[in-house]
Amino acid sequence: MPQLTMAESLNLALDQSMAADDAVCVIGEDIGVNGGVFRITKGLLEKYGEDRVIDTPLAENGIIGAAVGMAIYGLKPVAEIQFSGFMMQAFDQIEQNMARMRNRSRGRYPVPMVLRTPYGGGIRAVEHHSESREAYWAHTPGLKVVIPSGPRNARSLLHAAINDPDPVIFYEPKAVYRAFREDVPDEPESLEIGKAQVVREGSDITLIAYGAMMRPTLEAAEDLVDLHQVNAEVIDLLSISPMDTQTLVDSVSKTGRCVIVHEGPRTCGVAAEIIARLNEHAFEHLEAPIKRITGYDIHFPFFQVEQHYLPDPDTIVEAVQQTLAYE
Amino acid sequence: MSKETVHDRTKVTPSAPELAVKSSHIPRRPKITPPKPRKDISTPTIALGEIPNLQILNEKGEISDPSHEPNLEPAELLRIYRAMVLTRKLDTRMLTMQRQGEMGTFAPGMGQEATQIGQIYPLTKKDWFAPSYRSFGAQLWRGWTIEGLMLLWDGFSEGFEIPDGVNDLPFSIVIGSHVATATGVAMGIKRRDDDDAVVLTNFGDGAFSQGIVAESLNFAAVDNAPIVFVCENNGYAISMPVQRQTGADYLAGRSVGYGIPSMRVDGNDVLAMIVATTDAVERARKGEGPTLLEAVTYRMSLHTTADDPKVYRNEEEVEYWKTRCPLARFEIYLKNKNLLDDAAIERTAAECEQEVIEGRERFRGRATANPREVFDSMYEKLPPELEDQKREYLSKLDRKNEEGH
Repeated sequence: MPQLTMAESLNLALDQSMAADDAVCVIGEDIGVNGGVFRITKGLLEKYGEDRVIDTPLAENGIIGAAVGMAIYGLKPVAEIQFSGFMMQAFDQIEQNMARMRNRSRGRYPVPMVLRTPYGGGIRAVEHHSESREAYWAHTPGLKVVIPSGPRNARSLLHAAINDPDPVIFYEPKAVYRAFREDVPDEPESLEIGKAQVVREGSDITLIAYGAMMRPTLEAAEDLVDLHQVNAEVIDLLSISPMDTQTLVDSVSKTGRCVIVHEGPRTCGVAAEIIARLNEHAFEHLEAPIKRITGYDIHFPFFQVEQHYLPDPDTIVEAVQQTLAYE
Repeated sequence: MSKETVHDRTKVTPSAPELAVKSSHIPRRPKITPPKPRKDISTPTIALGEIPNLQILNEKGEISDPSHEPNLEPAELLRIYRAMVLTRKLDTRMLTMQRQGEMGTFAPGMGQEATQIGQIYPLTKKDWFAPSYRSFGAQLWRGWTIEGLMLLWDGFSEGFEIPDGVNDLPFSIVIGSHVATATGVAMGIKRRDDDDAVVLTNFGDGAFSQGIVAESLNFAAVDNAPIVFVCENNGYAISMPVQRQTGADYLAGRSVGYGIPSMRVDGNDVLAMIVATTDAVERARKGEGPTLLEAVTYRMSLHTTADDPKVYRNEEEVEYWKTRCPLARFEIYLKNKNLLDDAAIERTAAECEQEVIEGRERFRGRATANPREVFDSMYEKLPPELEDQKREYLSKLDRKNEEGH
């Protein structure tokens, strides 16, 4: 089984999807001869030609609007927005048409497209290149929002997203693109959208995270065992919308305590939604208030200080200790 | 994806099983155009060329440009005339209904009948039409029913049921946003070897200030997509006159910046609209790319029924445009061709009025809200959390029913 980075596994998913289905095409800025600024579409132009690997003018709203039209026509476009910070230009087409066309047309025009985009901090980037605003899209009816955390689940989730009959926002943790390798089988794999995964079983507390925050969270879980004899269960959310409430409730019902980690701003963030659901469905099992370790409600700072903004293992360990100490 | 499944978007299929089917018609050829070297671009002057301004039938109903007069059969001319009359009758009736509390807020199109029927006339059923919301005339021509349009504007989602047999998009109320969807459909068509359909989309002079319309024109130009952009310049975006939407005298001139051809057309002259649109549609169908048409017309009525234009425009201007009425001048033309007389005008008016009244009765018969279906078209399969919300919502409805609300 080859060892791939997430950048390579995403490329593999696109390549295999395009080979299997002529309706799949990719559209975006610099994705053709340049292979994308993160090289996720590398080599696709040579294989599939410019009719299916569509380099566009520099206009995010136009890219999403055009992809919606192509999807209505019967293609399966995978649109790339170069950085998720640039999705704000496309808010119009995401909200007005991508998310709404199926319902507006009473089911006649589904929009089977994917919007892929790198998100999150940690790569020493300029302003607007480090945002983590997945909550916007989870708040938008008609969309699905998924975020992989490693090479293997990235590949499987992208397959699922491309084959999904509804529009999917696919957030790629850019800090993970080349951070580590995993075994990724040659045969295409698919993950069910809307399912979370328990990636580490434990009994003392539940840690919930996703995307790039899985690594500090798993590191914290190891530290908790090594330093504090605390056995944490760790859940990779994978799908922000729809959210796998059941898996979260089952785990917290067992452990009674929970810490949620994400790098997006706190107010009305994904953690707030998780806390609301656990409050609705697992209240009687809770032994302590649920804590959230998140980004702050500020603009993502310039990169010389970004490490202080992002949640880190020590902060997570500290939050766990506070939660465990609650009586 | 088989040829049939892509083209046959004419049936309402809430679940779209064809999505799982594989396309075999998208060309596999890995076509790659080598980049052209950037050459010396210095030149003493930039020649922008000329944009034609087409009028065939002047405001007096006389042929002002015989060389472009279309050779249409008498029956066709009368069909076009009747469609324009029906459009106005629907418009007028709906305004009455709205004033009497039987219709929601809607956007009247009075004065734009020639623009509407002229632009839609050259389209075949397999072509795609992406209208703005002020498109009664074209929608009726495409097979949207009177009762359907009434349902739509009276707040029933059933009104967005697209007629069988045509590829029309439901409009987005957000100004200009549908133009991008239309462009994407055209880009899709261009990628299939076996489809020579074209897309026609209309939008107003106000919409032309929207960034997405600019992006759409640019995408279509770069992709050489088969699409016709019809800007219906009716003089106003609610209260803002077109002179304050643009610093230029002509919206048609914008095409030059995108490198696509354009034409300014007398939008109150249905013959000019037919000729200009036919030409643009043929260009698109032959693979010659997009065209921009600026149809110069006038919104004789209100922006919407919630609007009072007396606040921002003077009667003198309104009176002037009444003398340019698209229906009146076409009647004179047909009279001069001995295809119409006063009796026939009255008869057509009465028939169209009757058709609208019958449509209104069908609308009244169907105007029952179906609150139970609001979740059903959100996704192909509702996620568990939405199933929960749907159950909660339905039980609320059931409770209200039991309580007799």
